Amino acid sequence: MSDPVSADSGRATTRSYLIGYALAIGLTVASFAVPDAGLWPPAIPIALAVLAVAQMGVHLVFFLHITTAPDSTNNVLALAFGILIVGLVLIGSLWIMSNLNANMMPDMKMAMGGF
Amino acid sequence: MTAPALNPGLDAAFVAADGPPAQYGDGASGPASRSVIVGYGFWIFILSDIIMFAAFFAAFTVLSGSAFCGPGAKLLNLGTAKIETSLLLTSSLTCGLAAVAFRGGSIRRMQLWLAVTGVLGLGFLLLELREFAGLIARGAGPGSGAYFSAFFGLVGCHGVHVTFGLLWLTMLMTHVAVKGPRPELIRRLLCFGIFWHALDIVWIAILTNVYLIGTLP
Repeated sequence: MSDPVSADSGRATTRSYLIGYALAIGLTVASFAVPDAGLWPPAIPIALAVLAVAQMGVHLVFFLHITTAPDSTNNVLALAFGILIVGLVLIGSLWIMSNLNANMMPDMKMAMGGF
Repeated sequence: MTAPALNPGLDAAFVAADGPPAQYGDGASGPASRSVIVGYGFWIFILSDIIMFAAFFAAFTVLSGSAFCGPGAKLLNLGTAKIETSLLLTSSLTCGLAAVAFRGGSIRRMQLWLAVTGVLGLGFLLLELREFAGLIARGAGPGSGAYFSAFFGLVGCHGVHVTFGLLWLTMLMTHVAVKGPRPELIRRLLCFGIFWHALDIVWIAILTNVYLIGTLP
């Protein structure tokens, strides 16, 4: 019953950790391969973000054992709330800063060295 | 390190401290076990820690586009990041294997896997410090511009977390070695595992955002 987060003792076995490790390594290798894979350039950051989110999911399921088990319900809800706040912080910051950037007067931009 | 397996008396203490396992969830089986409650509380802490990291990520993403008069991401070394990632991923596996060994009743094997986890974490930390020292030596210290202020803030904050994780691990292992496995160990190991695996998730975000997307031409 010493599994991380949920005490769902059936899931955390050597096998599940090895599966998680293999998936994580595979996704990391793919991430490192993407920039040199000759993709359409605007697609590269999106592909990297998708791989990163997939790997975070692998870590949550295989290492942290965030599952659909009854014991894990509260953990999943807390995680959903955490993701909401993280999204608000990230998207809100980027949005408001790009807005400020767009509304900057041209001579201010020059004075800031192309901010 | 002396006890190869938990003795029956201690095993009973572990069960008593932890309460009966919940069978149905949603309160149907009575109050949750202590492990579930402690794990939930620590998970809340980890999530708030991740929200703090989100603020650093927001700062980095905003500032990385405004690195005027600085070399910025061109100085980052993807080869180092690759080794750091493999060290951290493997340490997450060995941390999990320590939990499996503990549940299997082998404190000696648990200590062994925890030691491997610590060595891998230390390797990660030394590589990171070498990278930082190299950047500072080339004039790209945290004071050299917006990009590196944000870089050292974000990556350094993760490094500080790894440092504290290693201190925690050392204390946990020393405690077990000196005083033997006590009932609290089940929850200490649980919380350490959550902390260490969460650091891995943050590192994946750093690797993708700072090293892979950040160094795109």
